[in-house]
Amino acid sequence: MKRVSLVLTLAVAAGLSAQAASAQTLKTVKDRGMLSCGVSQGLPGFSSPDDKGNWTGLDVDICRAIAAAVFNDPSKIKFVPLSAKDRFTALQSGEIDVLSRNTTWTLSRDTSLGANFTGVTYYDGQGFMVKKALKVNSALELNSASVCVQQGTTTEQNLADYFKGNNMKYEVIAFGTNDEAVKAYESGRCDVFTTDVSGLYADRLKLANPADHVVLPEVISKEPLGPMVRHGDDQWFDVVKWTLYAMITAEELGITQKNVDEMAKSDKPEMKRVFGTDGNLGEQLGLTKDWVSRIVKSVGNYGESFERNVGAGSKLGIARGINALWSKGGIQYAPPIR
Amino acid sequence: MAIEPRKPPSQLLPKLQRALGGSAGWSGFVIQLVFVAALAWIAYEIVANARANLQAQRITAGFGFMVNTAGFDVSQNLISYSGSDNYIRVFLVGLLNTLLVSVIGIFFATVIGFLVALGRLSPNWLLSRIAGGYVELIRNLPLLFQILFWYLAVLAALPNPRQSISVLDTFFLSNRGLVIPKPIGEPGFEPFVIALLIAIVAAIALWRYSRRLLFQSGKVIKVWPYALGLVIVLPLLATQIFGAPVKFEIPVLKGFNFSGGSRVIPEFVALTLALSTYTAAFIAEIVRAGILSVHKGQMEAGSSLGLQRGSVLRLIVIPQALRVILPPLTNQYLNLTKNSTLAVAIGYPDLVSVFAGTTLSQTGQAIEIIGITMGVYLVISLVTSAIMSFYGWRIGRSMG
Repeated sequence: MKRVSLVLTLAVAAGLSAQAASAQTLKTVKDRGMLSCGVSQGLPGFSSPDDKGNWTGLDVDICRAIAAAVFNDPSKIKFVPLSAKDRFTALQSGEIDVLSRNTTWTLSRDTSLGANFTGVTYYDGQGFMVKKALKVNSALELNSASVCVQQGTTTEQNLADYFKGNNMKYEVIAFGTNDEAVKAYESGRCDVFTTDVSGLYADRLKLANPADHVVLPEVISKEPLGPMVRHGDDQWFDVVKWTLYAMITAEELGITQKNVDEMAKSDKPEMKRVFGTDGNLGEQLGLTKDWVSRIVKSVGNYGESFERNVGAGSKLGIARGINALWSKGGIQYAPPIR
Repeated sequence: MAIEPRKPPSQLLPKLQRALGGSAGWSGFVIQLVFVAALAWIAYEIVANARANLQAQRITAGFGFMVNTAGFDVSQNLISYSGSDNYIRVFLVGLLNTLLVSVIGIFFATVIGFLVALGRLSPNWLLSRIAGGYVELIRNLPLLFQILFWYLAVLAALPNPRQSISVLDTFFLSNRGLVIPKPIGEPGFEPFVIALLIAIVAAIALWRYSRRLLFQSGKVIKVWPYALGLVIVLPLLATQIFGAPVKFEIPVLKGFNFSGGSRVIPEFVALTLALSTYTAAFIAEIVRAGILSVHKGQMEAGSSLGLQRGSVLRLIVIPQALRVILPPLTNQYLNLTKNSTLAVAIGYPDLVSVFAGTTLSQTGQAIEIIGITMGVYLVISLVTSAIMSFYGWRIGRSMG
């Protein structure tokens, strides 16, 4: 991993020269015939390989949707698993075209990394997991605890802020990868494991006995997770941004993977714009007119992807909560496609 | 007829020609000049390109970030540190943690390595087979695997803090590490240290005097009882007059962990153990090769003078073997230091972990941070080899 980051850094130093600042990422991707997508090293529900080596998850679906929009083939993707601390370097150096890896949108990441967030795929917050045997009911009872955490995340700073703000002492042990942190927590090195709440549910599934562990009720931070692209390529930024909005819009309009062909025949002006039977919105993005039906056919709408990967129908069983559509009590909202 | 002595041809030009161009002369010099210029141009292009592209992508560049607040905590800090300190402080904390694990690792690796080498050369069949087995087993397993073994398999098998193994209720061993009483300086501390220093200096002087006496007159006098007496009595006297040098803060279990006392974290123990046992296997072979390189006759000559095996090794064989041992031994020391960067796998906060890891991903300034980190390891390595060269030079000089 260390070697990877070193290589990537040298690539940033030397290889950037090959990558003109106003890089035509869309053209590069089309010429290559393959989308290079940065994902996690295995976080069930968001991005993890199944037993056949196929990547699945909410973050993976974003990449599949982009590939579907560009190539009409959601399998033309090279997935690049990245640790938290290597992810930005990989994006900066051009190793990946898009980073879709449960990454929290913050101001400093938007400004200093040479990259932009395109939207929010999942509204999350940081929480704590402890062993049931400790009989802890609240994060405020964690004074003097040892906490395992993955290094290179906003989690490390939130943790410091929370314990300091509540005048509690703690010991932090930061690991290079999420799996190492979880393993150390399971072995008893730490009393507490902390990451985003969605991650806690996902990681709990990996433990030998998930029922022995409990996620505490406190959510100590805002963690809006979303995809990232490099600065300086507005066209590619738009493609990635509107891919997510297309999925959300599809849910708003009731377009699903099953009924997409049916809906495409609709006479409603709104539907005609979305499906490209009227106007050329898709072509303005640099895609094709039928970009929305390509996306929905391959991964479904946002709600379908959510349910399949992290929602009630999945192993994680997370409720929609604030990730529901704005019209259904949540805050997921897409600007109009027109 | 007087013969004019011919002027010797000026040597300056050909000398210069050879120095600059080697055997190829001036054309060689031109080729070298072009080569160096090309290298400089490539270096300039890389820097200029990277800078232009960083600016174009609006990636922050420069070292200004070092004074920003870090905002995260570190589990082991030799100097005081909190999340509200800046990245310079983080850098120092990481650097000291790296140096700590390297120095202690090098010490134990050397001791274990020498012992294993001597064991392997021992005439005792069992001892030499055990030492041989150690070398073959340890040096053939990947280091990362060994670090994880010590960390996960051995240390995690220890009980939790509530059921920790305690000695006299003052030392506690658990999966949170070893907690020991923490010495806190009292008014009597300084006199105690001064007395101890005086005693040590006096003891060394005594020993040197006895050596000189031995070489000059052949008289053997036993000085160690006096030296030991000095080292014990003087500091004791100081404590009697000025009061106890330290008091101990006894750790107590409070909440999840022990509070008070000092703690050796398991990450440090696992990393030091793995690094020193692993490097020791290589050092053992280097030492063995060094000892075997000394002619057998030296050993026999020593024995025939009536010296015991230990004395022969210490006085005759090892000083000669050191000349062979030192250069590869330096390599091993450098390897150990660089291998300590595997710390991140078990969460030990070394330089790479806290600085090239967390700091890098918080600030995104990969080029600056990786540059600093590489520079640091380069300096550590150069200093280590300079020290070893100096030591080698001294040995060479003392042997004449």
